[in-house]
Amino acid sequence: MAKTITQEFTKGLWAEIAPFRLVLGLCPVLGVTTTMENGIGMGIATTFVLLCSNILVSALRNIIPQKVRIACFIVIIATFVIVVELVMQAYAYPLFLKLGLFIPLIVVNCIVLGRAEAFAYKNGLLFSMADGLGIGIGFTLSLAALGGVREVLGTGTFYGASVFGPSFQPFEFMIQAPGAFVCLGLMLCIMNLFEK
Amino acid sequence: MRELIKMVVVLTVLAAFSGGLLAGLRNGTAAQIEKQQLEFVKGPAIKKILEGASNDPIADRVKILDGDVERSFFVGKFDGKVDTVAFESFGKGYGGDIGLMVAVKLDTDKIVGVEVTTHSETPGLGAMAKDDPGFSAQFKGFSITEPVKVTNDDGKVNAISGATITSRAVCKAATDAGNVYQKLKPQLSEKIKEFNK
Repeated sequence: MAKTITQEFTKGLWAEIAPFRLVLGLCPVLGVTTTMENGIGMGIATTFVLLCSNILVSALRNIIPQKVRIACFIVIIATFVIVVELVMQAYAYPLFLKLGLFIPLIVVNCIVLGRAEAFAYKNGLLFSMADGLGIGIGFTLSLAALGGVREVLGTGTFYGASVFGPSFQPFEFMIQAPGAFVCLGLMLCIMNLFEK
Repeated sequence: MRELIKMVVVLTVLAAFSGGLLAGLRNGTAAQIEKQQLEFVKGPAIKKILEGASNDPIADRVKILDGDVERSFFVGKFDGKVDTVAFESFGKGYGGDIGLMVAVKLDTDKIVGVEVTTHSETPGLGAMAKDDPGFSAQFKGFSITEPVKVTNDDGKVNAISGATITSRAVCKAATDAGNVYQKLKPQLSEKIKEFNK
């Protein structure tokens, strides 16, 4: 194992940033990023699930039998998702109303299961924590960036505050689903340009 | 064989642990979630259908035991006397329970307003029951003692197009509200007397 903990953490922020580099977990990426606030909320919820499931999967990796590992992962992930759902209902109800359907969908987010299967099941506790946190923060940043762009263009506000003043005609296309695809495509394009 | 036993044991222990944790958390957060729902969903709904009340209907509520269910009635005071109560009722919609806040005038037994509270219907179709004020406005003036039905079932409510199941569920909630109201009215009248002082 040549990589250090820092490398495992930072790879999630750029080299393997989930929605852009791996193009994974697109359902929430396209669905909730109508505003930056929604994007950050969803990102934090996913990060929490990712971190906790990585820790638990890694800690139990010698106990979980190979043949039922996916079932075990799903039980662990689903448990943490419901924890997030209940806590969000109890302490951040307006955000819960907006994200609603997408919170339970974290269970089937392929990033979370993917990290459990591809990383946490094979690596130690500290490395798994760094990996989960890195990928999670990368995911949050991606959602925030996409949400920010769509919010500024689609409703003329940035994190709820008006940017262009009242005379701005919102570019409504951006907050609808096709706008999400176009925006994601352009951001992928820009990231690939940077890479070259 | 040993592997088989290990698989069963690990999964069982994991599932049991998860179930226990979630049950505990659910109990722990139930009160707080109810408070949040009251503040963000039920509160605005109650304020809307009891608009113009001189008291705070959310603070002035009475709880009555109906069998083993405890029901909350929110009391509205108009022109110095208590004459309206609002309470929640449920109907089975397309995506789960739909909550309906129903306000009834005590002396005429007529509905003064309804408002959908919690639901998980499809946005743009079933969710119109909450988003389209025209739909809930239809219920105004209906007698609570009669069943409420959509036009397809020989009733008077125009269903939301494309969302008949949702519309029926809201009507069912209103009808259920009538049953609860009739059953508990004697106790209710007794309890709210103290607000008239």
